[in-house]
Amino acid sequence: MTQVRINIDGHALDVPAGISVAAAIAQSQRPFRRSVSGHMRAPFCGMGICFECRVQIDGIAQQRSCMVSVRDGMQVVTDG
Amino acid sequence: MAKRYDIVIVGAGPAGLAAAEAALAQGARVAWLDAQSAAGGQVWRKDIRYGWPRQAARVITEVVNHPHATWMPQTQVIAAEQNALLLQNEREGWRITYGSLILATGARELLLPFPGWTLPGITGAGGLQALVKQGWPLDGRRVVIAGSGPLLLAAAVTAKRHGAHVLGIYEQASDAAVHGFARKLWRWPGKALQAAVLRSQLAGIPYHCGSIVTRALGEHALERIEIDGPHGTQRIECDQLAIGYGLVPNVELAQMLGCAMKQEGAHPCVDVDTSQRTSVTNIYAAGELCGIGGRDCAWLEGRIAGLVAAGADIDASLLRQQRHARTFAAALREHFKLDPYIHDLAQPDTLICRCEDVPLQALKDYDDARSAKLATRCGMGACQGRICGTALAELGLFPRSGQRPPLFPARLASLGELASSSETEGSFS
Repeated sequence: MTQVRINIDGHALDVPAGISVAAAIAQSQRPFRRSVSGHMRAPFCGMGICFECRVQIDGIAQQRSCMVSVRDGMQVVTDG
Repeated sequence: MAKRYDIVIVGAGPAGLAAAEAALAQGARVAWLDAQSAAGGQVWRKDIRYGWPRQAARVITEVVNHPHATWMPQTQVIAAEQNALLLQNEREGWRITYGSLILATGARELLLPFPGWTLPGITGAGGLQALVKQGWPLDGRRVVIAGSGPLLLAAAVTAKRHGAHVLGIYEQASDAAVHGFARKLWRWPGKALQAAVLRSQLAGIPYHCGSIVTRALGEHALERIEIDGPHGTQRIECDQLAIGYGLVPNVELAQMLGCAMKQEGAHPCVDVDTSQRTSVTNIYAAGELCGIGGRDCAWLEGRIAGLVAAGADIDASLLRQQRHARTFAAALREHFKLDPYIHDLAQPDTLICRCEDVPLQALKDYDDARSAKLATRCGMGACQGRICGTALAELGLFPRSGQRPPLFPARLASLGELASSSETEGSFS
């Protein structure tokens, strides 16, 4: 499977092309985000409904990581 | 100027696909959009390792490559006007207009609160399936599948196929109810075959009926769960819990368009006639949003809607098959009816609104969604009440309030595309 290189919170990571950003974050074992009262959260619905998996992708905040596929050179910033 | 299409189809699952195929065969110019990056919907979601199911792959390729079809992936409807939709993708917003609109927005999972349900490591059952198909790592992870309905079997198969150690499937319906359902399956030979195939793929994975996950525990992520079953309470150490209580129709767009609704249990679905027409002229609905009916039903209804919208006749056998498929859904509902105990799992301090961290105890003095929202922020977050509002309706606390634009969080630049922005002023949550 072709690999692409992305960057999550400053760490370079090689992942299979075509996987979701959510899957890439899970593979990197990075946290996703904290809730408004500071609890750890991670993907929940898996299909773009719940917004629990949102992260910043290439400078755009609040992107649902389960809905976006990785692209070479992508910069991801989590909120963990 | 906004581009015009004969038929616009929202949703690329079985219903949307069937509608597109049927309408294209009649010569219509079709625009076809979905929030996901690949067509197939949830039930035919493309698997990064295994691709689409074979039957889906053929029709998806055909429709995507059809010269009269415009495929718009990762596109969502933000707002609607007379015969026009405001769309948004990752980069931009734009308007399109249509002669007819076919809604095939499908369903989402019924996700219900219980103590610990917000811990990382807990997903929906179909939710885990969706994540795994797009590369979510499960190799060697201890996974428990729970909740209700045949989707649990499919989720377990996908998890196993991707290397998970599936510890068990815990179905809330009683042993008698599940066996009663199995005995009726001969009436739908396709379903019986599907069930037999699933069972054979799940050899070695225990299937427990009458079992309900009552609590999840862990420091920063899931470590163990508690299950109440016919033999008392047990604790299971696990890394991942996939738990879903069936499906609920995605009706938000139809509601915003003013389509008449009817109730199916605690949740609204779109009211359609036998030609899949909604109460609004030139708007059709097909599949799960007209009531949970499953993949075969969605396909047949999509086909009917596509033919009618393109001005073609529908033959009686197609309508007969659709009615038969709907009876399967009725049997499913009857046998996998939720145990009322599930409605009482949330404790006073259990978070109901996951976006705004609102616990159950903060909601007890309100009797409608709108006043609860204004006072507690419940339902005011990014999911716009899709999770908590649906859960509260299911729990019998209060029904969801109506939908206002934007349907999903929208960028200001996209909203600038709206012809009459005054109508939406002040409505951004």
